[in-house]
Formats: sequence, C-alpha cells, structure tokens
Amino acid sequence: MSEANRAIDSTTTPVITDVRKIGDISQRPPRTLWGDARRRFLKHRLAVLGSLVIIFFTLAVLVGPSIYTVDREALNFDVPTMAGPTWEAPMGTDDLGRDILARALFGGRVTLAVGVTAMLIAILVGTIVGSISGFFGGYLDQLLMWITDTFLSMPTLPLFLLIVYLFRDTLTRALGPETGIFLLVVSVIGLLTWMPTARVVRASFQTLKHREFVEAATCLGVGPLAIMFRHILPNVMSPIIVAATLGVGTAIITESTLSFLGVGFPPDLPTWGRLVTDGQNFLELAPHMSLLPSLLIFLTVLSINFIGDGLRDALDPRSRL
Amino acid sequence: MTNYIIRRLLIAIPTLLVISFVIFAVLGLAPGDPMSQFGRNPNVPEEVRENIRRSLGLDRPWYERYFLWLNNVLTQGDLGFSFNSRVPVTDLIAQRLPQTLWTVGIAYLVALSIAVPIGVISAVKQYSWFDRIATTMAFVGFSIPSFAIGLLVILIFAVNLRWFPLIYDTTIQVVDLESFTKQLRQIIMPVMVVAIQQSADVTRYLRSSMLDNLPLDYVRTARSKGLRESAVVIRHALRNSLIPVIALMSLGVPAIFTGAIITETLFRVNGIGELLIRSTQLSDTPVVMAITFIYAVLVVLFNLVADVAYATLDPRIRYS
Repeated sequence: MSEANRAIDSTTTPVITDVRKIGDISQRPPRTLWGDARRRFLKHRLAVLGSLVIIFFTLAVLVGPSIYTVDREALNFDVPTMAGPTWEAPMGTDDLGRDILARALFGGRVTLAVGVTAMLIAILVGTIVGSISGFFGGYLDQLLMWITDTFLSMPTLPLFLLIVYLFRDTLTRALGPETGIFLLVVSVIGLLTWMPTARVVRASFQTLKHREFVEAATCLGVGPLAIMFRHILPNVMSPIIVAATLGVGTAIITESTLSFLGVGFPPDLPTWGRLVTDGQNFLELAPHMSLLPSLLIFLTVLSINFIGDGLRDALDPRSRL
Repeated sequence: MTNYIIRRLLIAIPTLLVISFVIFAVLGLAPGDPMSQFGRNPNVPEEVRENIRRSLGLDRPWYERYFLWLNNVLTQGDLGFSFNSRVPVTDLIAQRLPQTLWTVGIAYLVALSIAVPIGVISAVKQYSWFDRIATTMAFVGFSIPSFAIGLLVILIFAVNLRWFPLIYDTTIQVVDLESFTKQLRQIIMPVMVVAIQQSADVTRYLRSSMLDNLPLDYVRTARSKGLRESAVVIRHALRNSLIPVIALMSLGVPAIFTGAIITETLFRVNGIGELLIRSTQLSDTPVVMAITFIYAVLVVLFNLVADVAYATLDPRIRYS
C-alpha cells in the first residue's frame, strides 16, 4: 500500500513507466501481517539460528533415544567411569559409568516438556486475568491488579521450594513419581509466573477497548465475551506470543534450579538440572559431568531468548512498513 | 512526598499480611508433618508423640496457629522456636541475615558499576563492535542459570587458578587487615555470581532507555548550546534514562534473592538462604515460615524504595 503511494508520488520519471510500475505492484500477492512478520523474523539472524537449535534439540530428545540406543541406566564398569567425552560416549560417563548423552537425551524430554507446559499455564492464567482486568476496569480491575502485585512481591524461589517439598510425597503416592511431580512442578511454576503476561495483556486491552472496531462490534450487538476473545484478543496476540516464548526459558531455568536444589524430579528421571546436581560433587575430577548439561540448559534458554527477541521485532506493528 | 510514602507503606501492610497468610496456609495445609521422620520410628510411643506435638503447638488447626503466630510477631517480634535446635528463630536469623545482606548489597553495587558504563557506551555507540559484544554478553548473562555461573566460577577461579578458597569459612572475624583480605577473597566468588546476572539485566534496560532518550529534543538543545558531549550524555541523557531503569529494577528484586539462595547453597555462605534450604529439608516449620516471610518483607521493602526513588526522581510523576 505505502509502496504504491510512493510510486505515484514520485513524479520525476515519465508517467508511462509509473503506470507500468503500479501495474507490477498490483500483480504481486498482497502483503499480510503474518507474511511481513515472517520476513522480518527471517532477517533476524540470531533468532533463526536459535530456532534451528531449538528444532534440533526437540528432534534430538524425541527421536534421539531410539537412534542412540545406549542404555541410560546400565552401570558399566568396563568403560572408565567419569571419563570425559570420547567417540563411544560423546558426553562422557558419570561416576557409575552410565552414558551421559543417553541420560541427557531422555531427561531433555522432561526439561522441554516442563518448559512448554508451565508456560502454557502461565500464559492462560495471565491472559485471562489481564483481559478481564483491562476490559472491565473498575473495582474488578483494582482487585485483580492488587492480586497481581501481591504475587509479584512473593518470594518465588522459597515458595517453590516449600510447595514442591511439602506436596511431593502426597502427589507421588497419588499419581506415581513421574506424573505426580511433573504436574506439581509445572503447575507451581505456571501459577507463580503469570503476572508479567497479565500486565501486558491488561495494558493492551485498555488501549484497544476504545477503538472503533470494538464500538462497531458493540453496535452490532456482540456480547462482551465475544468482543473480548474474538475481537480484541487476536490484536493482543503479538505481546502474548513474545511473553510465551520468553516464558519457556524462564520455566526451564526454574525447573533446573529446583532440581539443582534437590527438590525436583526423582534421580531416575535425569532432567538436565538433575544431571548438573549429580555432577556437582565431581566438579574437580570430572567437570564435564556438570558443565555439559549446564551448557544444554544455557543453549536452550539462549536460543529461546533470541527467538523471543526476533519475534518482538517481527511482530511489533510500529516496525511494519 | 511524605504523604506518598505513608500511603505506600499503608498499601504494603495488607500485602505482607496476605503473603504471610499464604505461606502459613501452604505450610498448614501441606500433608507433610514435622513429626513424620520421628513418627516413622516405631520405638516412640503414641503418647510421647502426642505430647511433643502439643508442646510444639501442632495439635491446633493451622489458622488458629497463624493468628497466634501473627500476634506474637506483631506484639513481641517473636518468630517462635526452631523445632530442630530449640533456639529462638529470631536469634538464628539475626546471626545469618547480615551475611545475606552483605552479599546482595555488594553484588548490587558491583553490578551497577559494571552495567551503567557499559549500558551508556553501548547506547551512545549503537551498532559499534562494543555495542554488539555488550548486547550479546548481556543476552548470555541473562540466559545462563545462576548455578551454572556459580559452577563455572568455581571451576575457573577456585579449582584451576586457585585464586579464591573453594569453601566459605564462616568463622572469620574481621579484626585486622589480614582477616579482612581473607574475608574479601572468599566473598568475591559469591558476589560475582549475583553481580553477573544483575549487571546483564541492568545493561539491557539502561541501553534501551538511553536509546529512547538520546534522539529527544532536550538532548539536541543541550548539544546546541555547546555543552561537552560527556556532559550531554551523563548529566542530561543518563539522568533521565535512569528513571525507568529504577522502576524495572524493583521488579527484579525477587530474582536477586533467588540468586542469593543459589550462591549461598553453592558456596556454603551462612546466610538465610542456606538456612532456608536446610530447614526445609528438616521440616523445621517455624524457621521456614520466618525466612520466607523475611524474603517477602525484603522484596516489598525494596519495591517501596524503588517506587519512592522513582517518584522523587521524576517530577512528572504526581504523587498526590
């Protein structure tokens, strides 16, 4: 649209070529919001690199264990224990001779699943609180924002520790050690990290609810819920997508911190944070045991943050030309 | 201004009450019992267990215990007795709080003195090689979990270079120069871990805030009246750019204490974070409750300080 205008405005060239130019432009497929966003995202080199790393890691943990078939629990005293990376064991072996790569591939599933699920919970709660607060305003808004601020002042890590530590045994007994702790960790992380999303969504709702398209929808007799979720929410998607991306990184760091402090998953579920903890005591003798899993966490979170950065630039309507 | 501070204090009180209630409810509703380890021992007769529970006040429902606790805290500043060591919780915390505050405080000063110059230079020379390196480093610092920084720092400075001691010696009393340097040497690594992460955050905030301010009219005015470039950047642009940074920093306060808990566990610094981890594992409810509450108080307090600083620095904010 703007390019077409510019072409008409520039009257320095003869009129005939201008007409041809306009014709050319009209034949091109129209530019769309998502098409523009994709083009801008692909220009952000680090974000593309980050996406490739994340795709690689996801594939690796999903298909990896069926290709790399070394037993992750096999105690192997034939190979040197605590040996650094070799061709037989690309990430080395731990103090019991177990292959760290096999463990990391399997544990990575849990780490990535925790990140994504916890983010979904946080985004869901944040979006609901933020949209209600921003759309309805008044006392409801004040109450919800007070709750948000209170949650923001909560000492999160001590609370994580407390809740996970206190409820771990009951949930393990009720749902089994894996599902029980997964649900516990994911919901605790989700319920203690939704606040930034709620604030962003609220701010966007506040500016958008006075726009003409909302007025038009109201005049057509659209109900408040439909206006909120069918008309306003799609326009708030870009900040939500950015918050969601960054949320995965935060959740992964939080899970590995919990595992590091010894309140995460049980030892037979070697998440990356757990592997770091297991290797921590052998830092002097076998630094690869804790540093390589740390590197995996770091690379994942770094890539996610680059993707988030790229998406922010790509989805920002102000940079759309 | 005084009115504003008083009003903010009045808002902080219900927030703290709610937080303390939530923590107590979590502890009270949890199925875990401080007597459970004890209870598994078949040699302990049922009556003895009941007597111990009664002497610890555990026979009452948790909400009753909450109001008892709150009453004791408000009227006497009494946080109860530790189940584990039978020492008043206030004594335990008084022993340990200074170490935590020292680590966090020094780390914050270090972080600011690294982040402010880097953020300013980065913004003034946007897209230069310095800016590229600084932005990448900030991204790295903010994506790396604090325990990974800690392990890396230990590996480099304590294991390989042997510059600093591996384990924090809690018995050092600073009396002369020698003990002072000893204390200084052992606090460097814990401080580094918290400082690296904080400086990454502050650099990012400050850079983007400076970039917002530098193209504004008042900066051009300062330049056109012939001020030196350093005065334009530092006295005009930086001062205005710091205002939103202070507001953003207050949101990061919980993260600082999270970092402090990790460092304390990693280096065995005898702060409240290390005590919290240990007491959680021992189900020492009064200590856990008190420390979590103190973290909440610190977070609310620092948020308050940041808000007041924000209102003082920015004349556009009206606090009536």
